Amino acid sequence: MARMKFLCDTERCTECNGCVTACKNEHEVPWGVNRRRVVTLNDGEPGERSLSVSCMHCSDAPCMAVCPVDAFYQTGDGVVLHSKDICIGCGYCLFACPFGAPQFPQDGFFGSRGKMDKCTFCAGGPEEDGSTEEYKKYGGNRLAEGKLPMCAEMCSTKALIAGDGDKVSDIYRTRAAERGFGSGAWGWGTAYGLKNNKDS
Amino acid sequence: MRSKLLTKLFFVFCAILIGSTVLDVQTSSLHAQSVSTFPGDGGLKGSSADIWREIKQGKLGKTTSPDKSRGMLIQNQGEQWRNTRNNMVFTYGAIGIVGMIAALILFFLVRGQIKLDGELSGRKVLRFKTIERFNHWAMAGSFILLGLSGLNMLYGRAVLVPILGHETFSLLAGGGKFIHNNLSWIFMLSLIGTIIFWTKDNVWDRFDLNWILKAGGLFSVGVHPPSAKFNFGEKTMFWLVVIGGIAMSYTGLTLLFPYLFGTLETMQLMQIIHAIMALVMCIAILGHIYIGTIGMQGAIDGMKTGYVDETWAKEHHSAWAETHGIKVDHNPKDEEHITQGGVAE
Repeated sequence: MARMKFLCDTERCTECNGCVTACKNEHEVPWGVNRRRVVTLNDGEPGERSLSVSCMHCSDAPCMAVCPVDAFYQTGDGVVLHSKDICIGCGYCLFACPFGAPQFPQDGFFGSRGKMDKCTFCAGGPEEDGSTEEYKKYGGNRLAEGKLPMCAEMCSTKALIAGDGDKVSDIYRTRAAERGFGSGAWGWGTAYGLKNNKDS
Repeated sequence: MRSKLLTKLFFVFCAILIGSTVLDVQTSSLHAQSVSTFPGDGGLKGSSADIWREIKQGKLGKTTSPDKSRGMLIQNQGEQWRNTRNNMVFTYGAIGIVGMIAALILFFLVRGQIKLDGELSGRKVLRFKTIERFNHWAMAGSFILLGLSGLNMLYGRAVLVPILGHETFSLLAGGGKFIHNNLSWIFMLSLIGTIIFWTKDNVWDRFDLNWILKAGGLFSVGVHPPSAKFNFGEKTMFWLVVIGGIAMSYTGLTLLFPYLFGTLETMQLMQIIHAIMALVMCIAILGHIYIGTIGMQGAIDGMKTGYVDETWAKEHHSAWAETHGIKVDHNPKDEEHITQGGVAE
């Protein structure tokens, strides 16, 4: 059985926000809710890195552990999903989540939150796969169609990888090994790198 | 939670870092040119481990999302919050509440209802004005609903979900959330009323030391240490409600208006304080409800009708009864530790 995971390769992410747009479009995510975001560290400085982040579908998911109404469940593929019929919008999952994944529309008096919305790994919710009801609440269900999440599929530099954890790790390990010296800056290793020639 | 993925990433970068450092040492020994001038090297040579450490410590990056606080990639306090709430608060709170109920049942079985020693006189004396009683019951009603809906948030999943099922429980908890968010205002208003009406009668006076040393006569039949309008037990309750209530109100407001008072970290801390304080108050209120209802004969009359029987006033609040012109028989054994002078003469 597959264990679905996300991985964002910081050496490749160009902060194009294509994943964010792809996600919003695929699931018709309402205004004010972004299931995915791109964060840039050291913006404009040497060593700038960007990362696309959303729900990571944790193994021991903190959201699941703290939910007072037990609205979460984890599928056989390790995808953490929730039921909007059961969610009461208390916000505890946001308190517990390390990645800031849960999103809340404002609903009701004062700062009351509406029902939580988050990345579903394009796997919908508890409703029947591909049903209109499921689409309205959670967006598309690409996993049921045998496809991987839209954000990763759309990533132009393949920085964001989604899929079975073993395969994702293999891809990343190969990349890291091949990149090696020079951080993948093409030609630099050949041109300026250490050659260990005895004539110097 | 330490994501396995991030841990993996971290180790991959550590491996690269160590590799590049070794390479760097060789390079600098052979070439004058430094490798660190290579573009893209910042992420590999030395700084990648720094970057990951900073991310794990909650470094704020930039994001195009309108909410700039979302620039934080990882917030670790969430795990601390989860552990505190799900383990410490959950366990000790349950022990406290069950323990208090058990203690009260035991007390009732041993001591029974604290009855009046004398006969009812039939003459009544005004103890609480209408506004005071209205304020008390507004607070009591809102507190009970807030308490039940709050306890439901902590224990409902463990206790009620197996009985009611997820759908029904969700309706209950959703209703509870609505009540909790909106009825809180009644509690806060009645808290102000409580402070205005009763603070002057709840300061330390010359009867309190004597009352404490005699444990209020709670554990001994026929012992009635005198007290003014409120005895030390009631004063303790008052200050617990006032201080606890202010803490509950403030922490509650920070949660009712998310991000208005601080960051997510502030809200996590406030939630924990809110939960602990609420449990302490629930446990204390159980004692208050007990002594006000089945625990003591005639105790509820003052808050129900506003009037208490003169016999009750004489036995439980003799100093207060005297100020209302009731003749009190002084028992020296009940009054041996009373100091002279004091506030409520």
